[in-house]
Amino acid sequence: MSGPIINDTPTKTTEKKITIDPITRLEGHGKIEIFLNDEGNVANAYLQVPELRGFERFCIGRHVQELPVLTNRLCGVCPAAHHIASTKALDAVFDAKPTETAKKLRELFYMGQYTHSHIAHFYALAAPDFVLGPSAPSNKRNVLGVVDAVGVDIGAEVIKHRSYGQKVQEIVGGRATHPCFGLPGGVSKQISEEERAQMEEMAKSCVEFGKFTIKLLHDVVLANQDYMGLVLNQDAYYLETYYMGMVDSDNKTNFYDGDIRVVDQEGKEVVKYKPSEYLDVIAEHVEPWTYMKMPFLKQVGWTGFTAGPSSGIYRVGPLGRINVCEGYTTPLAQAEYEALAKTVKDLGVTGPVHHTLAFHWARVIELQYATERMLELASDKSITSDDIRGEVNEPTEGVGICEAPRGTLIHHYASDKDGLCTKINMIVATTNNYAAINTSVIQAAKALIKNGEVSPGLLNKVEMAFRCYDPCNSCGTHALNGSPALEVNVRRADGSKLDTLRNF
Amino acid sequence: MADKIKIAQYWGAGCGGCDVALLDIDAKILDVHAIAEVVFWPIGFDGKLSEIEAMPDKSITVSFYNGAIRNSENEHVAKVLREKSAVMIAFGSCACFGGTPGLANVTNKKEVFQTVYKDTASTDNPDFVTPQTQLKVPEGELDLPEFYDSVKTLDEVVDVDYFMPGCPPTVNLIALAVDAVAKHVTEGADLPPKGAVIASDKTLCDECDRERVETGRRIEKIYQSYEIKADPKKCLLDQGIICIGPATRAGCGSMCPKANMPCRGCMGPTKAVMDHGGSMLSALSSLLNITDSESKLSEEQIMELMMQVKDPLGTFYAFTLPKSLLKRTVTEKRKRKG
Repeated sequence: MSGPIINDTPTKTTEKKITIDPITRLEGHGKIEIFLNDEGNVANAYLQVPELRGFERFCIGRHVQELPVLTNRLCGVCPAAHHIASTKALDAVFDAKPTETAKKLRELFYMGQYTHSHIAHFYALAAPDFVLGPSAPSNKRNVLGVVDAVGVDIGAEVIKHRSYGQKVQEIVGGRATHPCFGLPGGVSKQISEEERAQMEEMAKSCVEFGKFTIKLLHDVVLANQDYMGLVLNQDAYYLETYYMGMVDSDNKTNFYDGDIRVVDQEGKEVVKYKPSEYLDVIAEHVEPWTYMKMPFLKQVGWTGFTAGPSSGIYRVGPLGRINVCEGYTTPLAQAEYEALAKTVKDLGVTGPVHHTLAFHWARVIELQYATERMLELASDKSITSDDIRGEVNEPTEGVGICEAPRGTLIHHYASDKDGLCTKINMIVATTNNYAAINTSVIQAAKALIKNGEVSPGLLNKVEMAFRCYDPCNSCGTHALNGSPALEVNVRRADGSKLDTLRNF
Repeated sequence: MADKIKIAQYWGAGCGGCDVALLDIDAKILDVHAIAEVVFWPIGFDGKLSEIEAMPDKSITVSFYNGAIRNSENEHVAKVLREKSAVMIAFGSCACFGGTPGLANVTNKKEVFQTVYKDTASTDNPDFVTPQTQLKVPEGELDLPEFYDSVKTLDEVVDVDYFMPGCPPTVNLIALAVDAVAKHVTEGADLPPKGAVIASDKTLCDECDRERVETGRRIEKIYQSYEIKADPKKCLLDQGIICIGPATRAGCGSMCPKANMPCRGCMGPTKAVMDHGGSMLSALSSLLNITDSESKLSEEQIMELMMQVKDPLGTFYAFTLPKSLLKRTVTEKRKRKG
């Protein structure tokens, strides 16, 4: 294969506005508008999210038990994350403690999700920029172009292991996309020994694939001075923000359960909160030029699209998690975490990694962790137990949080005594990152576009500033509830009324 | 070999699950790669809308459109793709019936904005700023698509050639469609008749292997899934859990019942049925012996039983509200209210 194409030749534009529509290789909709001043330099840029569906409105009036299968339709890439956050919210709503087996099954299922999602992002969405190069022809800059470049054998391995991630979710969760097994206090389905053994085999293979992916990142990106130049370009891809992510009691990363830790630009802990306390920490700002809201740290405040300690902007997802945690519970992920720490230390960085493109490195470390954790859980013979349902009490109100592949995911529901949802609020992974993503796009556009000179490759490098976050605007644009509006009379053939159905 | 065919996959108001479903065909992706060039698929490919708009009419062989029509951009891209494509497929239940986002048709834009941008617990928006379709910013003007009052299905805005239901469509159904297109391209085989639904004509119950009570079926009490430990071998309806399999098209492999959870109807109604929820209510009434003149239940008992379904809308119309007859009921009621 020929080497990646890093740069192309810019041409002079006299336009005052450059539009990238749609932005691509992300989940969901988005467009970027870049405004140039008279000198042809970037005056400002906006990453607009043009969609809204409104789950927070139409989920009101629904039975809360249905929310894990309704809200997973927020996102078909990480439905498992919504299903888990929602099921945990139901644990809280019904004051139900899941059994040990149920917890393990949920987490095993969830590691399948991470395996699928992180492989899909790294190989299908991000790799074209690294394997083919940011300035490769746009009709080649995709996963099929990557397959052509690296060969069908590696392509087949990628396909196989992403598929294993899906298969684990299907076995445990009933379905890979839009799973259905979550119940308050447990799960609906016991697994068999045969299924467990099958998952153990798949997990072993995934651990090896995790190692391969780390090696690939080292060979293709970290060993390439041109790419390291991009990664370390502080004018284009560097923000000193707060970070947020879930940790266990030892401050090790955990995707399924724990407290949520926030650190500052120096890496110092600002707050560690429990799911039920999220409203003390986060508020959401609204801008009139986009449908997606922008969360910020309440105690710091909203000051617009800037970084630094006085701005409440924080980052979540792989970069957020790697900056809030003190390591991993599994050996291979821990070793690579230490390798990253050493690399940045050698570069003179102390405290958190603020280099935006380091998201990719953090993501492959997490892929390794997810596969190792999947193997631990799938090797545990006790997960075939029939003890999968805990006791359930009368529904009230509750919050569930997990770490979605793209960051901290919060579901908050209130229920009446019949189990009908009266209030719902969700802050999803990508929404948490939105203000930072927009700030990164402004920064990259300003650094890369000068004197009106633009090229497809340069614009793609602007897109790389958001792509590394792996944004999921499908998730980010949920929000609607069901105001009473429907009453149906069910009549017999003779016209006499049989029943009245209503959603209120 | 001959020139590759051109395909496009786009999302309206969807979740990306339909896009992932195309990845889930696994090694078959390489078959697709052999015969097709992807000209537009924003989740994974860098084609931009302006490039599609510049293409000659009908030059895209087949477009898969997933997601419902929630705003003016969804509609605009649907129209562009229709014009540029020889074959237009409504891919997935949101494009076919409105899907989960279609539940928003019990409300409207004003109420959605009120909830999302004002009432939600974490929203900090004292001036009630809302997204604007046209906006002056210091550097120039920005625009956003218009959020419609209601959710539409794809065939309400463009002519649709084929329908592929499912949330998302299953790998088997996609493989069928890919094979049909491939055979058409490589061997000149006929495509299915226009308007065909690429799925089974049976009901979910036909492919569900749970044991049903054959005679004298009767529900005494309706349960939510969390209230009982359902027997994994017996029909869920027989156990009092509302499973809408009897009214739902087969083709998913009864995945939810296999996971000991009821069918919520994501494949949509069967062939002859216009209204999914109505069809299920009819199935339910026969199950309750309500239509039987010898019914052993009194009207009060029937009423009591039915009132146990706390959320009929979410239970019977979780995926098909924009296509149901109820839509008109709601609209007309609103109109009357003025």
